[in-house]
Amino acid sequence: MKLTFEDFKPGHLGTFGPHHVSREDIIAFASEFDPQPMHLDEEAASRSMLKGLSGSGWHMCALLMRMSWDGFIRNIASSGAPGVDEVRWISPLRPGDDLTLSVDVIETRPSRSRPEIGFVQLKNDMRNASGQTLMLANIPIMVLRRGAAGAN
Amino acid sequence: MPYYEDIEIGYRRVTGSFTFTPENIKAFALKFDPQPFHLDEEAGRNSVFGGLAASGWHVAAVYMKLTVADFRRMDEEARARGEKPVASGPSPGFRELKWLRPVLAGDTLTYTSEVASKRTLESRPEWGLVAFRNAGTNQRGELAFSFLAQAFMPRRSAA
Repeated sequence: MKLTFEDFKPGHLGTFGPHHVSREDIIAFASEFDPQPMHLDEEAASRSMLKGLSGSGWHMCALLMRMSWDGFIRNIASSGAPGVDEVRWISPLRPGDDLTLSVDVIETRPSRSRPEIGFVQLKNDMRNASGQTLMLANIPIMVLRRGAAGAN
Repeated sequence: MPYYEDIEIGYRRVTGSFTFTPENIKAFALKFDPQPFHLDEEAGRNSVFGGLAASGWHVAAVYMKLTVADFRRMDEEARARGEKPVASGPSPGFRELKWLRPVLAGDTLTYTSEVASKRTLESRPEWGLVAFRNAGTNQRGELAFSFLAQAFMPRRSAA
């Protein structure tokens, strides 16, 4: 049975991962979606503000989605997300990083316009193996309420 | 890329267009967002989206893809004017990202970017921080995606 809106309470939801990111992963994403020299070429990257080859910030966002799916979204009656309040790229993603994702529930509130769902406000902290925060993301997700069609 | 000093608030640019296909929607979803409505036509039809839908993060990543291509066009325009192209800096993040409508297989989004605000930085005098209101509109003219991006732009004084 999948978790519904009523199962979420403010507090620590869980820490997920690790998820390994290789140099090839970084270059494959950047080649398709963000082909800037700092994400593709060691030599150019060493001269950039980020001082060395780094993954695209949008790659980190895509990895946040994947780690969230593997970690908990697959187990909840999710109805998607209307958007993202804020993403902060704090430190660069580097080749070989093993990422963990720490997720806290900040608040929950039923939807006024859609009685079958509620909003669960999540704070996501993506860290590398040494515990350094790479990205912070505040994201509201929509979760079906207990008894809603398709919830259980 | 222009220098920070040459960026005008309100300047709007069409970044580019992209057609989402079943193949590119599923390829992204398989790697990063394997929810059934992003991977399977029938699951998409039976979902709130009403069809095979692109991951919201795919819609966002395509914004970046088209923006980098547009940077290159701006560099060529600069060379044609006899100026040296300017390398843009990284971004500290974004805010207010909204997935307003589903993007379904067959949809073409046209992305635009408008300068919303700019400010200099005491801590990094060689860079300015510029905010852009970016948007994606589908072939029916409906706003599907928007967010407020930020980027460090080099200052002319540092060149």
